[in-house]
Amino acid sequence: MSSRIPLPYSPKIIELFKHPKNLGPLEDATIVAKAGSPACGDMIHLYLKIEKKNGEDIIVKATFESYGCAANIAAASILTELVKGLSLKDAWKISWKDVADKLGGLPPIKYHCSILAVGALKRAIRGYYKKIGIRPEWLPDELTVDEKQALEEEEMIEKIYGPMMKSLSEKK
Amino acid sequence: MSIRDLLKAHGKPPREVYFDLENSGLVPPEVVDAMLPYFNRIGYGHPSITHKVGWEAYEILYETKELVSKTIGASSPEEIVITHSGTEANNLAIMGFALANRTKKGKIIVSAIEHLSVIFPAETASELFGFEVLRIPVDTEGFIDPEIFQAYIDKDTSLVSIQMVNHEIGTIQNIKELAEIAKDTNPNVIFHTDAADAYGRIKFRVDDLGVDLLTISSHKIHGPRGVGILYVREGVKLSPILRGQLSVEKLWPGVENIPLIAGFKKAVELAFTNFDANVSKMMILRDMLLRGILDNVPDVLVNGPIGEKRAPDNINVSFLYVEGEAITIEFSLRGIYVSSGSACTSRILEPSHVLLAIGRKHEEAHGSILFKVSRYHNREDIAYALSQIPEAIDRLRKISSLKPRKI
Repeated sequence: MSSRIPLPYSPKIIELFKHPKNLGPLEDATIVAKAGSPACGDMIHLYLKIEKKNGEDIIVKATFESYGCAANIAAASILTELVKGLSLKDAWKISWKDVADKLGGLPPIKYHCSILAVGALKRAIRGYYKKIGIRPEWLPDELTVDEKQALEEEEMIEKIYGPMMKSLSEKK
Repeated sequence: MSIRDLLKAHGKPPREVYFDLENSGLVPPEVVDAMLPYFNRIGYGHPSITHKVGWEAYEILYETKELVSKTIGASSPEEIVITHSGTEANNLAIMGFALANRTKKGKIIVSAIEHLSVIFPAETASELFGFEVLRIPVDTEGFIDPEIFQAYIDKDTSLVSIQMVNHEIGTIQNIKELAEIAKDTNPNVIFHTDAADAYGRIKFRVDDLGVDLLTISSHKIHGPRGVGILYVREGVKLSPILRGQLSVEKLWPGVENIPLIAGFKKAVELAFTNFDANVSKMMILRDMLLRGILDNVPDVLVNGPIGEKRAPDNINVSFLYVEGEAITIEFSLRGIYVSSGSACTSRILEPSHVLLAIGRKHEEAHGSILFKVSRYHNREDIAYALSQIPEAIDRLRKISSLKPRKI
């Protein structure tokens, strides 16, 4: 088939692929966000249940659905574990690198899976504040890098990542 | 991240069935046994040096050429060039032709679903020497319309390269008809066909087909990796694409890999012993697997034609709502080894060009899975695969956020 690349996944990815945590839609979700598209071959739905506790917005439950590769499924799954119990302010600080590290590392060509998962999280957080009509001072107006990259992936994954991935895979 | 840890996490499945014969496969013990003496007991010398061990090497090399020549109806063993892979044989056909004809230039015509080892050298020939490369579209089953084909051929056409059997979707092209059209329109056209997926599955004679160049690959017939054949009709001018000390091969410099060639020869013998029985066995297993998938898994598309016009060993389906790389891993955990045309397994994050060329949408191509069967499979293998596939797809569909939406 087309040009291939070896994918030495970590055991953690295989484990989460076999037994994903927090899988499936959340009936009483406060907010649902989507990142990616079927055409890219990667799409994550993230469901968050948010409750006010001591004046803070806390993620009390998080679940996901993923149309995508093993890395995509594992990234979404680990993200739901990472955000559980966090305030939205702290959840906002999670980077794609944090997700990749928690997975025991990702092959460079799969970085976008973790970017997509974090992109979905940021969208959910923005969506929540938009829904309740509040904008906390820590929430930037500008899209963050993760959000932009999630957007770009949806628009034209190969155009954005093609050259970067190519140089990364050549360096390997 | 270490591969050792990954394999440990994967574990050993209760039963294993290997269907990824597109990408490589097992080498049967008879073939291994045929190779072993040539490493250290006989013919371990250089085939073009004048001593006994060199002559022994030359003997097995020449016998291999004779055998291949007989199986494809070539006029002489001299027309058989041994290379180091099917990819190299295709490169030699396209780049070797372009090099030899670089002053004349002209048009190179390929189909949109050719193997990349044809498409890429054609593009290189265009970049380096100014050949014009035209890609002929195919229909939704991968067939070339003879009328469209004819419209592409003109007085400037110098080389045509059309696969006999497509490696991904198993389409059996009517090469005889296409070669006839090409030569009738322009008698100077050189016609190459990549027969890597046809050899050992479909009987053909080069004269009957009317082709000038033809590619065969050892690992596609359970031979060792590292041997390819290019049939070069007498009088067709090619230049070597690698330069160095020539030996027996005039189009390929370097020392011929005699042990692998001896293995390939054995693989040819095995493929052509009980040829018809082998092929009907493949067809029975192919149809059993395809039917079993279609009957037990909803929302599956068949990629490529069905029945007589499909290669006897090829099954390619798209499991909708799930992504192919995830499928290959899910199947692997259950001991079923396949490959996918999904972008996720590719370096360029684009799905298979073959599937896109037959009009599959990206998300349909992403869920594609290729199986190939051979005489080394049996009904129990297929039954085991079918006992796992529905459950495997169902599990991934439960994870997937892309679902058939009820209106």
